[in-house]
Formats: sequence, structure tokens, C-alpha cells
Amino acid sequence: MAEPFREPPMWFHAPPRPTRVPMPPAEASRPAVDLVVDGKAVSVPAGATLLDACAKLGLDIPTICQHPNMTPVNVCRVCVVELEGARTLVPSCSRVAESGMKVSTNSDRVRASRRMVLELLASSVDLSTAPDIQRRCAEYGARPERHGSPEPASPEGERDQRVPGHHHLPEPGIARRVAQPVKIDNDLYVRDYSKCVLCYKCVQACGDEAQNTFAISVAGRGFDARISTENAVPLTDSACVYCGNCIGVCPTGALMFKSEHDMRQAGTWDESAQKQTDTICGYCGVGCTLTLHVQDNTIVKVTSPADREITHGNLCIKGRFGYQSVQNKA
Amino acid sequence: MDIVVRGPEPTDSERLAVDAVLGPPVSAWAGGVRDLGREGRISLLGGSEARSQRHLLLPALHAVQDRFGWLPPGALAHISRRLTIPPAEVHGVASFYQLFQLKPGARSQVHVCEDIACRHRGGLALERELRERHPGSEAVDIHGSPCLGVCEQAPAALVLRHGEKPGGGAIGGATARAVESAIESGSYPDAGLDWLKWAVPQSLHPEADLALLARVGRCDPASLEDYRRSGGYLGLAKALALGSEATIAEVVASGIVGRGGAAFPTGRKWDAVAKAADPERLVVCNADESEPGTFKDRVVMEGDPFALVEGMTIAGLAVGARKGYLYIRGEYPLAVRRMEGAIKAARAAGLLGDAISGSGVSFDIEIRRGAGAYICGEETALFNSIEGQRGEPRSKPPFPVQNGLFGKPTVINNVETLVNIPLVMREGGAAIAAMGTTGSKGRKLFCVSGNVARPGVYEFPFGITLAELIGKAGGVPDGRPVQAVLLGGAAGAFVGPAQLQVPLTFEGTRAIGATLGSGVVMVFDDTVDLGDTLQRIAAFFRDESCGQCVPCRVGTSRQEELVGRIRAGKPLGSLAEESALLDDLAQVMRDASICGLGHTASSALQSAVRLWGPGILNGAKLVDNHG
Ligand SMILES: Cc1cc2nc3c(=O)[nH]c(=O)nc-3n(C[C@H](O)[C@H](O)[C@H](O)COP(=O)(O)O)c2cc1C
Ligand code: SF4
Ligand code: SF4
Ligand code: SF4
Ligand code: FES
Ligand code: FES
Repeated sequence: MAEPFREPPMWFHAPPRPTRVPMPPAEASRPAVDLVVDGKAVSVPAGATLLDACAKLGLDIPTICQHPNMTPVNVCRVCVVELEGARTLVPSCSRVAESGMKVSTNSDRVRASRRMVLELLASSVDLSTAPDIQRRCAEYGARPERHGSPEPASPEGERDQRVPGHHHLPEPGIARRVAQPVKIDNDLYVRDYSKCVLCYKCVQACGDEAQNTFAISVAGRGFDARISTENAVPLTDSACVYCGNCIGVCPTGALMFKSEHDMRQAGTWDESAQKQTDTICGYCGVGCTLTLHVQDNTIVKVTSPADREITHGNLCIKGRFGYQSVQNKA
Repeated sequence: MDIVVRGPEPTDSERLAVDAVLGPPVSAWAGGVRDLGREGRISLLGGSEARSQRHLLLPALHAVQDRFGWLPPGALAHISRRLTIPPAEVHGVASFYQLFQLKPGARSQVHVCEDIACRHRGGLALERELRERHPGSEAVDIHGSPCLGVCEQAPAALVLRHGEKPGGGAIGGATARAVESAIESGSYPDAGLDWLKWAVPQSLHPEADLALLARVGRCDPASLEDYRRSGGYLGLAKALALGSEATIAEVVASGIVGRGGAAFPTGRKWDAVAKAADPERLVVCNADESEPGTFKDRVVMEGDPFALVEGMTIAGLAVGARKGYLYIRGEYPLAVRRMEGAIKAARAAGLLGDAISGSGVSFDIEIRRGAGAYICGEETALFNSIEGQRGEPRSKPPFPVQNGLFGKPTVINNVETLVNIPLVMREGGAAIAAMGTTGSKGRKLFCVSGNVARPGVYEFPFGITLAELIGKAGGVPDGRPVQAVLLGGAAGAFVGPAQLQVPLTFEGTRAIGATLGSGVVMVFDDTVDLGDTLQRIAAFFRDESCGQCVPCRVGTSRQEELVGRIRAGKPLGSLAEESALLDDLAQVMRDASICGLGHTASSALQSAVRLWGPGILNGAKLVDNHG
């Protein structure tokens, strides 16, 4: 009979949550930049983005491919705003604020583009485990059904073999999708690229923005672009070290703990019945914060808060997946 | 950087093919001889040394593709080790380009143009015939291709052969027999001067006023002597005498703007780079020419390669760059050979390299071949491509003049822009500025194709009208009426018969909502099914989107589907609703895409719908006829 999972002992106090994302010290030398957003004057330090300026004014700008700990890739384009004098809209997540800029964040033009971006995503990607994006779709009135009925899932591995250029037009009235079978090639996490919005976050996390393992990259081109290992080999034949840092940054649930995936399949996944507990990983001396997601007295997944100073949400295989030892039932 | 390479060991010939480009490996880890003394150093220095070679990825992939006709996993693993590039990234780059194959292919790869100038002039039929004649052949693979840049000789085909002596060439007015005989003989019709004379109809008329095309089809493109005899290198001599600042002043005074499509003032671009704080600057020539209907840059490089070398050299001198890169699209094997020849000859004559013409200035040029990706013509995608990254455009700002190739201040110019430079220097900026109109100075090359008697590259001072140009090209054969003209290529706009009086200037075309773009003038007579042309244009953008940003990646796909279902007579809802959806797609692509590809992916379609109504898409042709 296994020990039930216990609350941490009383002497243990999880570290307090910092109130801001850690920044390098010595801010003083950054001069201020003054701009006008939606008619309101705002001042931000040089180097700040338009999104930072919006945040300072409390404006709610949708984002998908933006992550506070990563270099902006500005690919989803849902965060676009209107910049006076610019020919096109500009991505607020990456556009650096300049003095004198005049920005509108909620004009008809901005809303139209956001609606279309969301509509295009919703018509091509399975957003069922991306509640934030679903909420934005409703907020902006996206109507993905206008583009046709969903294309059936492509056979396993077919999308991975697509070559640039050549393609076939689907039957009239069918809207292409990225739908395909889930990739389950290891016991720790699954890759369901039917849900992938191609935000590049996992590639950045696996690459030089966190893990430096470079197991995955974007491959292919255009609508056939996809996240892939070399030659689309299973993860077990790739360089992957199962740190799960890609899972941690995936905004859509395309990358998911196998435990979560299995429970969702079985219909037993119930977030409302889950408790999240922060603790410190005991495997080594680094001291990464772990957030244990516990349902029915069982750890069902492990995350790490992105705003912690030590690892910015990143973990290694032990902290991320090495929790079975505390709940071995065999 | 510690990378894991799990791919198979390369065979000896795979190793040789890669090492031929990269040089012998320096460490045992990368397949070299063990040398303990050196290895210690390599563990300290070797990684960053190898990584700084990442720009050799594309050349290495080309070497393997040329040798084996595909990219075997062992060779890719070897490249990974040699350059310290993670295998997943090598795969990501290799799978980006149409000319790289990840599966074994036949000895000869035949690319048949199915794009807008060729498809209704026998291109589609040729592709079908070749497929029927060579089903599942081990000797020949047939591919449908986007525009091959030989539109003046539609239908066009390109043959690429791999092996120890790889080769290739283009075939114009292609027939199945011509393609087969080129495969058998290994010789291609693009070899002689006739090929160039055909491409430049004005070359047959001694009285024609030609400057940019003066040598094409008349001089031996391999002869530096011929080039010099015909005024070559006078421009460089003048620039050397004037020095950097005065050279840029001439270019500014000439009023020349970029000929690659965006029409940015060339002098301003140069001035910005010349004034950059970073002393290391670069010159890049954009010869990726993949805009459907564009072939002028190919003709210039094939027919007058020294002019481009001279133009690039003057640019380097003016902005203080010591190095230039010439990025030529992979579908132009002849242009690559001619440019290689010219660069070699110029080096031998002391016109490239250290201390050019005895001056204190050095400049050299390196050629890079593209591998089948229209998007790599976008300037920042081109930089990424050279750097060994996927050819995805970067976000601007920063602009190339601040942060270009390898992060250096970079002048990037189109081939035609650069061949104007020796002329500007020779004749003086003021003389060029006096030519043309107030908004468009100098001379312009037009790529005339489609239903005209004499398609080809034409040179005129700015100001000629569309009707005049069509007339110079012999008009529409058989007395047929013009149905439509596509200006500026797939990224451009259609104009109708009522607009033939438009002057072909930047301001003139802009005034009617069209664009000059890269100088494409593609004429469609009343036999062409424009709906089919529009469907192909939509397919082109869907094929060529890099896939980075949502509006373009999904939008080009939705746009193609939309045109497809209208043409199939199965619109979703009314035609008006479909038309509104097309507008919505156009707006989000224009407003929210990262780069010019997305911004212009709807413009030709929209111009057609504006002119003729959405019915144009569904085969409600203006004239009932079939091409
Ligand atoms: C999708 C796309 C494709 C392009 N292709 C080419 C090309 O093939 N050749 C070219 O010179 N410019 C091309 N351009 C324009 C370049 O980005 C750039 O403006 C040009 O090379 C600058 O040279 P110029 O000032 O001499 O025209 C392309 C732009 C886009 C957006
Ligand atoms: S688990 Fe870690 S190593 Fe594996 S793909 Fe994800 S980020 Fe890369
Ligand atoms: S798998 Fe997730 S993190 Fe990776 S690109 Fe797709 S949506 Fe983004
Ligand atoms: S607009 Fe298209 S081609 Fe340009 S970056 Fe976006 S997806 Fe790539
Ligand atoms: S959040 Fe800015 S482009 Fe994705
Ligand atoms: S070569 Fe066929 S359209 Fe250009």
C-alpha cells in the first residue's frame, strides 16, 4: 500500500511570489520614452515595447506567441496595433516604443485584423485545450466556419513528409487544417500538432533561450510548416532530454504531459478538482520551484512558475517528471 | 555548444562531397584525423569557429544535392557535425527549399514551368506529356515548377542533373523532344548568343537606343576584353577617382530608385550605410528573381555579367564595404556560371580583390545559390538564407542599412539597380536624371511576355506607355484583342484594355492603382481563361509563403481554397459573401503580415475583381474562349 501524498510539513514555507518579473539591476540609465496610446500619454523606459506601454495603461491586448521570458518572434500577429504613419499595423509585442509615437489599440482596423487572425487559427487548428484563445475568438467575433468545413485529419506522418511547393487543392468547400494523429512516442509527454499554432515557443525553449538542446525546429514551408525533429524521427531518436520546457511554454496544449493526455482521453481530467502546491525540487541544489498539480491525491503534472528568479519556469527531467517516486503505488 | 548528432555515418563519397566545400575537417569529432595537440585547442575554440561557418550550410547542402540528387541522412549528419548545427535545424533548413530533396531522386530532374506565362502556352500540356512518357522512370523525375524566369520563351523547362559532374540548363519553347534531347546530350539551348538575342529583341536592331542592354546578345559575355572595349570599367575608374562621398552624390543626383520592386531611392540607401558607425559593411546583390513574369536579371547576368560585377564593386567602394554577396536563384545555372566566370576574370585582372586597380581599396564578391524559394528574394529572408537559417523574413525595423547580413550595415540592391550604376558614373548623375519623367528617372527594363509577337526584355527611358510598349513588342498576334495585362507580376495588379494608355512609370501606374513592381508586363489576349490565371496566382502565394505568420500562412491557403470553390461553381453562400470574405482575407494579409509577400498576396486578385467583378473567378470569362 503506497503512502498517500502528504501536504508539506509545517516548517516548510514556499518562497513568496515576487511581484515582478526579475530584471537586471541598474534600470536608472534607461531614459524615458513618451508616447500616446489611445489618446493617453504614457512614459516607458527606452527599449520597452508597445505592449509594455499598453500594460502600463492597463490595456488588455491579446497575445499568443508572446512570452515574458523570451525574445519576441512576432508571428501570430494577434497583438497588432495601429501606429500613426505606418503603412501596415505593427505587432505590439515586438515593436519598440519611440518618443512621439501615436498608437491606437482598438480601432476598427485593428479589431478586423485580430478577428481574422483568430478566425484563421480557429479554422485550421484544434483550440479545444486553449481556453484563452477561445475566449479571444468569442470576444472578437471570429467565425471560422465561413472558410468551409474542416478537412479530415491527415494520415499519420503524412504532414511530416510534405515538400515545399507542391500541394493539392482540397475539395471545394473544405478548409485545410493541420489535423493529424497525436504523436505518442515516449512515456512522458505527447505532441498533438493538430493543436499547434506554430508560435515557435517550444523551439525557442528547446534552443538557446532555455534548454540549449535543439531537438526540434520548424520544418517545411507555408501551410505545411511544422515543428519537427530531424527527419521527423520519434523523440526517442532525437536529441530530446525530456526537460519538458517546451511543454511549459506551449500556449495551446499541443505539448502535454502524457498523464494529462491519458486522463483527458479517459474523461477523468478535472481541473476544478485539482490543487496546485508550490514546493522546491529536492533532486539537486539549484532549488527550482515546482508547482505540483494534484487531483485525487495524485500528482498529475508538474509546472514551474515563469516568474521565479532561479529558472524562469524551466526545469529538468527530474523535477518535471521525476515525481512518481513519491507516489509509487506498486 | 554541445549538439547530439544521431544520424548514420556518411559514406566516403558523402564525406568527400561535403568536405569539398568545407575543407578538410579539423577535429576527430567531425570526422578528421586525431590530433591531440589541436583537439585541446578545438575544445576551447573549435565550437565557435565551426559555428561561425554556419553560412556554409546552404553551399554544403547544394554540394550534396548536386552530387547525389538528394540529401542522404549520412551526409546531413556529417554537415551537422562539421558546422556544429543541430540536426533538427539542418532538417528545418533543408526542408524549406524546393530544390532540395529529402528522398532519392532520378538522375535528371526536370522542372516544367506551370506558371502564368507558360501554362496556357503549352506548359501544362508539356508537363502532362512528359509525365506520361516517363512514368516512374529511374532516369527522369518531372516536377511542376513556379515561374522559371524564362517567360519570353514560354513554355519553359529546366533540367538539373546530379552526379560527379553536375550540370543543368534551361530550355525555352520547350517540347518533350527538346527536353529529352537535352537530358541525353547534356547540352542545353541556352549556351549560345542566339539565346540572348532571342531574349532581347532590340539587340537585333542596331539603331535601338540601348544602354543597359547594349552588350546583351552582342558581346561575348565571357570576355573582359569585349566588356572593356565597350565602355566597361570606365564607371569604376570614375568612382575611384571621385571617392566615396562624390560617388554617392552622383547616385543621389541620378534619382535612381530600386528596381527590385520597392522603388527605394538607391543613393539614400547607400548614404545610410556609408554613414553607419560599424566599419564592417556589406553589399548584397539580390538576384533571386522569382517574381512570376520577371526575367530581366537573368538576361543581364547571362549576357553582361561584368556590368554587375562593376556595379557591385562601385557600391562596395562607395559605402566602404570590402565584401559583396551575390545571391542567385537556384533555377539559374547559366547565370551562376557566367557570373562565376566574370568574377574570376575580374579577380585575375586585379579588378576584384585587394587593391582594386592599384587603388587602396579592396572588394571581393562571393556567389550564393538559392534553392527554390520565392520568399528568399525578400531582403531579410535573403540574409537569413545566406546565414544558413530558414529563409524567413525578419521583422523591420531594424532595416538592412542598420542591421543586415550578419548583423552588419548592408546595402542590398537588385541586379538591374546595380547595372545602372556604371552608367550613372560614366554619364553622370545629372544626365540620368534628365531622362524619364519627374517621378521616374533613367532607363527601365521591361519583361514583356504572354501574348505578344516578340516577348523579351525591352529597355526604354521611363515614360513609354503600356500601349506603346506592347506595340514595340509586335502587338498581340493574329490581331486578337488584349483582354488584360498583368503589371508587376503575381504581386502586382491587372489592368484592362481601357487602361493601356498608362505611362509605365512609378507615378503613372500608382495613379491607376497598379504598380510597376519588377517591370513585368504580361499580356493576355482574349483566348486566356483569366480565372485559371487567378487560381494559379493564388496557388503561387500558398506555395511560396514561408509559413511564419498566421495571416499569410493560413490566409494564402484560404484565399486559394476560396478561388478554387468559386471556380468549381460551389461557393459557400452567395458570390457577394465570398467576395466579402476575399476582402477580409486581403485586408488581414495586407495589414498584419510580416513581409511584402503577405502584403501583396491579394493584390492581383483584388485588382481583377475590382475590374471585372467576382464573376471573373468563376470562369464567367470576358470572352467565351479557351486557351
Ligand atoms: C516576397 C518578396 C520577394 C522579392 N523578390 C525580390 C527579387 O527576387 N529580387 C529583388 O531584387 N528584389 C526582390 N524583393 C525586394 C527586396 O526585398 C528589396 O526591396 C530589393 O532587393 C532592394 O533592392 P533595390 O532597392 O535595388 O530594388 C522582394 C520582396 C518581397 C517582399
Ligand atoms: S523536452 Fe526539453 S529537450 Fe525535449 S524537445 Fe522539449 S525542450 Fe527540447
Ligand atoms: S507545439 Fe506548442 S509551443 Fe510549439 S509551436 Fe506549436 S503551439 Fe507553439
Ligand atoms: S507574410 Fe508570408 S512570407 Fe512573409 S513572413 Fe509572413 S508567412 Fe512568411
Ligand atoms: S503576440 Fe505579438 S505577434 Fe504574437
Ligand atoms: S518561365 Fe514560365 S511563367 Fe515565367
